[in-house]
Amino acid sequence: MSLLSVRDLSVKFAMRDNTVTALNQISFDLAKGERLGIVGESGAGKSITGFALMNLLSRPGFIDSGKITFLGEDIVQMPEAKMRNIRGNKMAMIFQDPMVTLNPVLTIGQQMVETLMAHRKLSKAEAKQIAIVKLREVYIPSPEDRLDQYPHELSGGMRQRIVIAIALLLDPQLIIADEPTTALDVTIQADIMELLLELCQSNKVGLILITHDLGVVSQMTERTLVMYAGRIIEAGRTREIINDPQHPYTQGLINALPQQTKPGQRLKQIPGSMPSLTAIPKGCPFSPRCEFVQDHCLIDAPETVQYANVEVACHEVNRLHNDKAEEIKA
Amino acid sequence: MSSLSTPTEPSRWSRVWNSNIGYSFRRNPVAIVSLMIFLLIAIMSIFAPLIAPFDPYDLGQIDIMNSEYPPLWVDGADAQFIFGTDDQGRDLWSTILYGTRLSLLIGICAVALQAFLGISIGLIAGYVGGRTDSLLMRLADIQLSFSTLMVAIIFLAVTQAMFGSETFNQYAIYFLIAVIGVAEWPQYARTVRATVLAEKKKEYVDSARVLGFGPGRIMVRHILPNSLSPIFVISTVQVANAIISEASLSFLGLGMPPSQPSLGSLISSGFDYIFSGSWWITAIPGIVLVVLVLVINLLGDWLRDALNPKLYKG
Amino acid sequence: MFAYLVKRVFQAIAVMFVISLIGFAIQDNLGDPLRELVGQSVSEEVRQELRDELGLNDSFLTQYLRFAGNALQGDLGTSYFFKEPALDVILKKLPATMELVLGATIIIIGLSIPVGVYTAIYPNTILSRLIMGVSIIGISIPVFLTAILMIYVFSVEYGWFPSYGRGEIVHVFGPWETNFATVDGWMHILLPSVALASIMLPLFVRLIRAEMMEVLQSEYVKYAKAKGIRPWRIYFVHALKNTLLPVITVGGVQIGTMVAYTILTETVFQWPGMGFMFLEAVNRVDTPLIVAYLIVVGFIFVITNTVVDLIYGLVNPTVNLARMGA
Repeated sequence: MSLLSVRDLSVKFAMRDNTVTALNQISFDLAKGERLGIVGESGAGKSITGFALMNLLSRPGFIDSGKITFLGEDIVQMPEAKMRNIRGNKMAMIFQDPMVTLNPVLTIGQQMVETLMAHRKLSKAEAKQIAIVKLREVYIPSPEDRLDQYPHELSGGMRQRIVIAIALLLDPQLIIADEPTTALDVTIQADIMELLLELCQSNKVGLILITHDLGVVSQMTERTLVMYAGRIIEAGRTREIINDPQHPYTQGLINALPQQTKPGQRLKQIPGSMPSLTAIPKGCPFSPRCEFVQDHCLIDAPETVQYANVEVACHEVNRLHNDKAEEIKA
Repeated sequence: MSSLSTPTEPSRWSRVWNSNIGYSFRRNPVAIVSLMIFLLIAIMSIFAPLIAPFDPYDLGQIDIMNSEYPPLWVDGADAQFIFGTDDQGRDLWSTILYGTRLSLLIGICAVALQAFLGISIGLIAGYVGGRTDSLLMRLADIQLSFSTLMVAIIFLAVTQAMFGSETFNQYAIYFLIAVIGVAEWPQYARTVRATVLAEKKKEYVDSARVLGFGPGRIMVRHILPNSLSPIFVISTVQVANAIISEASLSFLGLGMPPSQPSLGSLISSGFDYIFSGSWWITAIPGIVLVVLVLVINLLGDWLRDALNPKLYKG
Repeated sequence: MFAYLVKRVFQAIAVMFVISLIGFAIQDNLGDPLRELVGQSVSEEVRQELRDELGLNDSFLTQYLRFAGNALQGDLGTSYFFKEPALDVILKKLPATMELVLGATIIIIGLSIPVGVYTAIYPNTILSRLIMGVSIIGISIPVFLTAILMIYVFSVEYGWFPSYGRGEIVHVFGPWETNFATVDGWMHILLPSVALASIMLPLFVRLIRAEMMEVLQSEYVKYAKAKGIRPWRIYFVHALKNTLLPVITVGGVQIGTMVAYTILTETVFQWPGMGFMFLEAVNRVDTPLIVAYLIVVGFIFVITNTVVDLIYGLVNPTVNLARMGA
């Protein structure tokens, strides 16, 4: 049984005069213990996907249609009280900046113990013990002392470790990590990523890693979704996507990486920028920026097709692939 | 890109009307009604000399025999005096018109003074930084910890005792504007300083400096426009507060004298008469005062919500 | 933390010093003490002699030091009108004002927190909208007008409550006579307390509501939800403390404003407290009493603000680190 199954999920925002579509019929699966990356630019809908999975969209966002099945149960229709039992317990989330995520006026201990006691019948002392154990697992020194400290007394790296520890407190089946290292120093990012990888593997926890960083995704994940303007435009095994991207946008992303450019050459940019959610073009959302655009791309939104081990949403995939094959032959 | 046809520039007015603020205003009935009432009161009080049937400052027009006539809708009224007369025989309607004029005048001038002082100090503190900044902000903190009303009461009480009633009454309006104006600068200073600190880091300030613009020009022409929204919001609240402060001070006898009454002094002189039945001398100016302050507060609330980018009314 | 404390105490002392200077300057320039003592029909030489004796011809500095020295020992001069030491007069009237302030404070704290929190959590109910509507009208009515209105409605029209004075008061200790010991006392203190609270209550309701609404949008509240924490715990443990911190700061300042409002309220209700006494002193140009009031009120302001700052420093865990050495 798959851990998580999302079918045709649409999320909309009720604005002043109109409704804006933030997620347009997203579908994907996640198996137990699998690590999935969701990449895309800011505004593509990655974080919204994460929040939708927990049914935590804040006004004016709302789930318009679709199905989210987690451990066999439907999240979208689930009553709030039942949803609370799942949050933090079977499904945990790691936010971006631990400085603003942890409550500044409560101690670390209070914030860990409350999570445990919200889901299990435990005494405070028992909860504290479990908290200390988890803090050790994330390699925090002198965990007993940490419990009485406040978030501002700790470094950024330590704070994020604590957030990871909190996520693991109740042995969840799925962790959603939303840009977990973006707010940290570059030197610490690698450590945190390694830690997350190690813990997910050893505890067999499913991971959805939301990020804009292709490098991180290639290290951490088994499969990846590429999002653009609220749609998934490419999905497949991470290695395939990185080595042989099919969608012109993904190709653009890979080509834009500094490693792909020889010294002295100009970095290859994708011209233009992603449209805002209020002004998504008809047809394929990427068409204004695509170098392979054809007339019909501007009219019909592309279907997702299976191609060369990945799923792509592009009209021209066949032709492009054949063209490339021609090039290589020649 | 061809520029063969240049569309005509939309007029200033239609730009405002169609902007976010204009839209938010059009949609909000409370804001519209408040603005209309405020404009009505303001215009009537500005044109008081033209509208008022009597001149309350002209002693020749006042006859003590006319005192304490009730308003038109009560028995025993005199048709000349729509809202009745006060204890000295002055027409209440005329006196209220002139009084509102004074209240508005003092309120707006005091706030203009506060804004000028506060913005200047805030700009300097934020831009110069260092010791000057610490010192100025420390002063602001101390000033803030002293209630304006208390400071005003003491200042005016002492001034009145020192100069005697006559002189004091002559210059009362200036004293009021001065004390309310000077006491409230910290609000503006803090807000402007916060904006300056945020903007200082941005590139356009560096560019301006590199181009050789002096600090004064950078502060006023470049940084200040960015802090305008909070300044507007604060100003509406401050005008309302200034009007209330002035009314309170006049009520205590430390503000406008009964011979040149603002709404506060009117209410004060009428207070003794509510027990003997002449409620209108206090009640009607009281209602005018409350309505005036209320619409200003409502406009201030609307302005704050309209200028706040974070609020979704979804 | 210690450095913070020391800094605040120094600041308090500095401010008191400035206030005492102002007080002295006023005393020096306001009214003629000689006239109060000996009247008009005394010859000029005797006047000069008297001036020398009283030390009125000494230098500014000497006179100021004398003034300050006396003040520190509790001697703030003698009231012209009451012919008693000014400080004694004030201390006798102080309990009346303090009880009024106490009554109003209880009303404000007791009501504003639950109401503010309610309107923040459920902003769109009819009750919430009603409360907000009443609040904005409340802050638009000056204290004295509310007081007058209440007297008119509850005393003149309905006759439920008395309209002036303290009524039956019971002696507790020293200069303290309380209103809270008898029913009659309660009846007398009710209207004035409500009037005094009337302008600050809506202010705090709006403030608490605004702060709480902002806190409820914060990342850490979202995170708490993501951990599956129950809503009530989120409201009262996660949100409330963060909400109340800035309210404490504002509250400190408002206490000072309340002292100013007592002057207005006491005038309307003829409440025999410090404020009413001050106004009468102004009308009589009773300089020593005016100056004494200034010093006492200044002192109250400074103490309250310092204490509130300290409390804030203790309650807010982020302050200690930021202030260490600052």
